[in-house]
Amino acid sequence: MEEVKLYGFGPSPFSYRVIWALKLKGVKYEYIEENLPMKSPKLLQHNPVHKKVPVLVHGGKPISESLVILEYIEETWPENPLLPKDAHEKAMARFWIRFAEDKYPTLNTFFRTVGQDQQLAIKEALKVLQILEDQALGNNKFFNGNTVGLVDITFGWLAFWFDCIEETAGAKIIKSNNLPRLHEWIKNFKQIPVIQENLPSRDKLLAYLKTKREKILSRIFIPNGH
Amino acid sequence: MAEELKLFRTWSSPYSLRVVHALKIKGLEYETIFEDLSSKSASLLQYNPVNKKVPVLVHNGKAICESLVILEYIDETWKQCPLLPRDPYEKAKARFWAKFGDEKLSSSIWNVLISQGKEQEEAIAAAVQNLKLIEEQLQEKKFFGGEKIGYLDIAFGWTANLISILEEIIDLKLVDEEKLPLLSAWMQNFSDDPVIKQCWPPRDKLVVKFQAMRESNLKTVLSQ
Repeated sequence: MEEVKLYGFGPSPFSYRVIWALKLKGVKYEYIEENLPMKSPKLLQHNPVHKKVPVLVHGGKPISESLVILEYIEETWPENPLLPKDAHEKAMARFWIRFAEDKYPTLNTFFRTVGQDQQLAIKEALKVLQILEDQALGNNKFFNGNTVGLVDITFGWLAFWFDCIEETAGAKIIKSNNLPRLHEWIKNFKQIPVIQENLPSRDKLLAYLKTKREKILSRIFIPNGH
Repeated sequence: MAEELKLFRTWSSPYSLRVVHALKIKGLEYETIFEDLSSKSASLLQYNPVNKKVPVLVHNGKAICESLVILEYIDETWKQCPLLPRDPYEKAKARFWAKFGDEKLSSSIWNVLISQGKEQEEAIAAAVQNLKLIEEQLQEKKFFGGEKIGYLDIAFGWTANLISILEEIIDLKLVDEEKLPLLSAWMQNFSDDPVIKQCWPPRDKLVVKFQAMRESNLKTVLSQ
């Protein structure tokens, strides 16, 4: 069996995508925590183009970009499939994975803003979430149907990180009355043992986000700050 | 059952062209519907309600959206002339670089189009850096896919067409034969391929279109 290593970072939801996929497939791996913003020589060697986590190294070969890694894991360890078999359903799953990636900034803008700008950002985030609720999830328990798949893993950050981001930024966006099915999905997703057992510490994440938001706000309120 | 294949595209969209290339390489028959994006058809909105964009491939009534997703669908559904590598690691590399092309590379090329003076010089330096990284992926191969055109060639295909148009508009060389010999050769090989050659949109129309984009973006910057 070839050696599997994962370079990640505690607060990063992208690292957790890979952890969840590996754990759901029962793949043994060694985890190396990067001390960001300082980057280890190994990380820079394995991901010279983007210099980011997560990076999966399998038998010495590095793969970067969480969504590329997820597809690699799915193909290399076919047990407990995380993508549909049917070509069209698979294409739909990939469509939603791309949508998740494209809309990630829109869903996070409210964290980087205050006042009027934040209100606008919240409105835009709600539009995206409504699409998820109506068109991606529909009446299914999970985005993948009855069981979790790559689309659920890709949106997984909404089930834990999002509410920490909401709390830090002083906004409540996903509620049981405005996005009931998404709200239910969050509950169901977090109840999956692999997910439940592999989440960052809420306190540490809140502390990390608080510092991040303070830095962002200081740049907004000091006109000539850098 | 007779396969029904329709492609919703525009005359100029490089993303739509990827799908055309893939369909032609696989020798597939399909119907083309040209869209006017300023007045989108009811069919397009029905098949791509989320993004409302082209390209959309409709196969026996089922819609697939997003050009790279469509490429993978085509490759999985029709096994002749495989586009993606078989090996999962090689496949991962191809997907990684296709993403790089669509994100870092294309935005750096766009920045060259919409800037001038000192800003443009910096934009060109950044774009050339990105192009160098792409060239490294070619190594000594004729195509990114090896001997034949593959997924990554199709994903990068827009560079073989649009970069020379950009160079004509700004009157500057971006892909210098001396500085980027392998990429230069690849652009020629890709463009000369008989299947690819017949698909290029009319060059003069493209020059007009991108010239207009440059002018309207420069005007916006000046009026800020």
